[in-house]
Amino acid sequence: MMLQQIDTFVGPEVNWFALSPMLTLLGGTLVLMLAGALTPRWPKGLYAFATATIAGAAGVLAMVQWDDITDNGTRTLVAGVIAYDTLSMFMTITICIGVILVALLSDEYLRGTPNDGPEIYALYLVAAIGGIVMASANDLIVLFLGLEALSLALYVLASSNRRSGESAESGIKYFVLGGFSSAFFLYGIALVYGATGTTNISEMVAALQNGVDPFGNESLALAGIALLIVGLGFKVAAVPFHVWAPDVYQGAPTPVTSFMASVGKAAAFAAMLRVLVIALPFYRDDWRPIIWVLALVTLVVGSFLAVVQRNVKRMLAYSSISHAGFVLVGVEAAAHGAGEADPGPGMPSVVLYLILYSVLVIGSFAVVTVVSRSSGGDTDIDSFKGLARRRPVLALAFTVFLLAQAGVPFTSGFIAKFGVIQAAVEVDSYAIAIIAMVAAVVAAFLYLRIMVTMWTSDPAEDAETVAIPFSAGVAIAAAVAFTIVVGIIPGWLIDAADTVTAYAR
Amino acid sequence: MLAAETGPIGFPILTALILVPVIGSLLVALTPKTRPEIPKVIALMSAVGTLAMSVWLMASFETGESGFQFVSKHTWIEPWGISWHLGVDGISLFLVVLTGVLFPLAIVGIDPHHDEKPYLAWLLLLQAGVMGSFLSLDLFVFFIFFEIVLVPMYFLIAGWGYENRVYAATKFFLFTMLGSAFMLVGLIATVAIASRDLGYTTFDLVEIAEGADFATSTGRWLFFAFAIAFAVKVPLVPVHTWLPDAHTQAPTAGSVVLAGVMLKLGTYGLLRFGLYLFPEASFWSRPLWLTLAVIGIIYGAIAATMQTDLKRLVAYSSVAHMGFIVLGTFAFTTQSLSGAVIQMINHGVSTGALFLFVGMIYERRHTRSIAELNGIQKVAPIFAAGFMVVMLSSIGVPGLNGFVGEFLILTGSFLTARWWTVVAAFGVILAALYLLWAYQRVFHGEPDEENQSFPELRVKEGLVLLPFLGLIVFMGVYPKPVLDRIEPAIDALITRVEENTDFVEPEPTIRIGEHGNDEPADGDQPSDEEGDG
Repeated sequence: MMLQQIDTFVGPEVNWFALSPMLTLLGGTLVLMLAGALTPRWPKGLYAFATATIAGAAGVLAMVQWDDITDNGTRTLVAGVIAYDTLSMFMTITICIGVILVALLSDEYLRGTPNDGPEIYALYLVAAIGGIVMASANDLIVLFLGLEALSLALYVLASSNRRSGESAESGIKYFVLGGFSSAFFLYGIALVYGATGTTNISEMVAALQNGVDPFGNESLALAGIALLIVGLGFKVAAVPFHVWAPDVYQGAPTPVTSFMASVGKAAAFAAMLRVLVIALPFYRDDWRPIIWVLALVTLVVGSFLAVVQRNVKRMLAYSSISHAGFVLVGVEAAAHGAGEADPGPGMPSVVLYLILYSVLVIGSFAVVTVVSRSSGGDTDIDSFKGLARRRPVLALAFTVFLLAQAGVPFTSGFIAKFGVIQAAVEVDSYAIAIIAMVAAVVAAFLYLRIMVTMWTSDPAEDAETVAIPFSAGVAIAAAVAFTIVVGIIPGWLIDAADTVTAYAR
Repeated sequence: MLAAETGPIGFPILTALILVPVIGSLLVALTPKTRPEIPKVIALMSAVGTLAMSVWLMASFETGESGFQFVSKHTWIEPWGISWHLGVDGISLFLVVLTGVLFPLAIVGIDPHHDEKPYLAWLLLLQAGVMGSFLSLDLFVFFIFFEIVLVPMYFLIAGWGYENRVYAATKFFLFTMLGSAFMLVGLIATVAIASRDLGYTTFDLVEIAEGADFATSTGRWLFFAFAIAFAVKVPLVPVHTWLPDAHTQAPTAGSVVLAGVMLKLGTYGLLRFGLYLFPEASFWSRPLWLTLAVIGIIYGAIAATMQTDLKRLVAYSSVAHMGFIVLGTFAFTTQSLSGAVIQMINHGVSTGALFLFVGMIYERRHTRSIAELNGIQKVAPIFAAGFMVVMLSSIGVPGLNGFVGEFLILTGSFLTARWWTVVAAFGVILAALYLLWAYQRVFHGEPDEENQSFPELRVKEGLVLLPFLGLIVFMGVYPKPVLDRIEPAIDALITRVEENTDFVEPEPTIRIGEHGNDEPADGDQPSDEEGDG
């Protein structure tokens, strides 16, 4: 009997090459784990280098596929559960860049700790796969699988500093609250399934577009959407679902924090685009006001609470909440044209913001990592006193990142903000655009405060000299170069981001 | 006029005016620590090179042309319709020259006392930003330069200022950025709405101004979004509170540049992006601006009178003077607008020189408090004489530059904004009150023990001040070459306002140049030859 069933089971056709970025990361993870376990400790820096190479290869494959998509159009893979479009590839590249930079940053940080081995790097790669699956999912269940792969890796990463109670606390907090949000999300999928009869995004769009509500139960769908928004809101740390973020960001090892703020956030927002903008345009008038309110409170609360912090990691955590508010402004703009043939500039502005912000936030946390190493893990703002006298180049790099986060021209941060505001204004969302800009001014105060501490106060008498490890230096230099080059010549990236509106459906 | 054309010799001089300071700044930043004498040489070469180019620009500027000259236009960010579009007309020409003149003098004349290298690098970046703001004809390009000047200025104030510098620098940054926040949204909305008329997206100022037709209420909203940013920058009461702090706490060079050219970004912006882009809205809202301007004139003067800190006094006098410029701008007559433009230059020269003097006093006595200074005239008569000339120019005494501007503004404004002008005229008297009173307290009387040893003006300081004094006298007795270049652009601007509203410019009652309010002097050299000294 069993054998007969196996005979009749027809597996979906799998286009292996189209899945190659994910497969590269997966294969790389396994090789890293196995080889790492079976061989003696690798020479200095090789784990990080291997990780960066794997992520780089995945990124290059994604670019190759970008060309293929440009030439041959978008499609869905593996029986329609994975979307093969430039949105997936854009986010894949963003996530791979994030992994490369974070791996370089982690190298020196992990040396001399019990974690100096392949495990942390393997977890980065696993999380990256999860993120890519989230960004490419064309089925809510697959999206949930990606979400869990990302989240589970991040729970472990957050608590990975075994010598620190704060890290353990951060891990457990993240785990409990993350578990809650996953449950919300899953329940949301169940309700939406109940309302539409499918979890596949393409089928869902088709079912809703026919105007046929199979069970005649719209409230089921709306309740499902509400739960989905709660789940996603947790993952992107939108107010009022943000309370975990400052504690987790502060407690986690700094490279991991940078990973959560870049890759984690980018993947969660990509998932939000998939779930809301691509899958549920039918209900856009229902969920758009919710996003509007979320954007508003996220911007305001994030900016104001950032200003009163004293710990640099906590400041950057709140500032990342305020940046999430900016991205939500882009999502709100995308909502106006969701599901139409020309969806407008909302989605491109969101993905542009994500890639630019990811690099910025990793760069910022990289400087924090380097500085806090010399002060014994202390990330109080006082440990940045007089950094300009001790390490002028490092202070200059941090200044570039902070100015970019504040949205000063000639940096990538300005291009990111400009794109989002432009998208909002084009759909006549003037109020939220103005609120976002005013919130940016409030947040600018925070960045100025850090800069003042670095440039105008004298270093403490007992301040240790700050050593810049080579690999972290490379990561910081690359991030600075990217920030300035994109700030001056952004056209190519904007062109690339503009293609994501032609998503697979 | 819209075609991309460069200057007579095909050299992209406007781009060079922006890039030379940037390159200078990078070179300064890259000099090794072991050679502390090099940064100043590089900075000076860069600043003098910029000055030479701006003088050449003025010399080859076609007098009598109202359009933009030396236009250079290149696509920059294609998907967003942004181009590197630069041009200069009569309104911006002298602001560019003023920027060229002030920076080399600030570099030579003022010693930062510590960390000279970053100081010079920031100063040059500031120059590039200011130049870019005056030259750009693309909304996006204008905005990024308008915004970027905050960064070097912030660092100059926070790094080289006086006791309360961090507070002042932060306040300055946040106030201006808040204004810009509204402008950015307004700017993008302008482009988005204009693109519906034009059929394509462009940030080009000229294309939008000529091709787009904003509905009346839309235009008014957009104008206000821009105007908030400029009102903060000018600054107009009630958003002026950053200025006394920033001016007082800034290092001398910072104050000179802030008063000299950066405040003009606000009034220039009102002309270029208010009157030119939104003529109807500007005309409609003129009672508001006239009222704010007059409040600024009177309030600034009264506040200046009551100051105990000499630098703060000069700062508040700026509030009053900038009020005159706004008054002239929103009176919509050729004379008042020409007066406003020429007053921008005059205020830059006079107040810049005043801040230099206050800086020198601080260097000598380490105080800015009026109460601690007395009898300086006895021990340093040349110093006092120089201060006197600059002060009289600031008061607006005939024969010096301040008079020309204020007189043109008041005569022009009287025709269209009579009662505002009447009140504003009291501001001239108040200016005499606070400046003369301050002069009396600081320079007259018997010097006490601490002021006995007040050193006389040094030769180097004198050489730095000479161009300022030359300009003050020259512009006072022979402003014609300057006015000739300004007026065509102003006439075009007023024509534009007349076309878009029911406003008709009244005939001037006093014709300057025909009845001879300014005696025609004999020199026919361009107005800033003294500026080269």
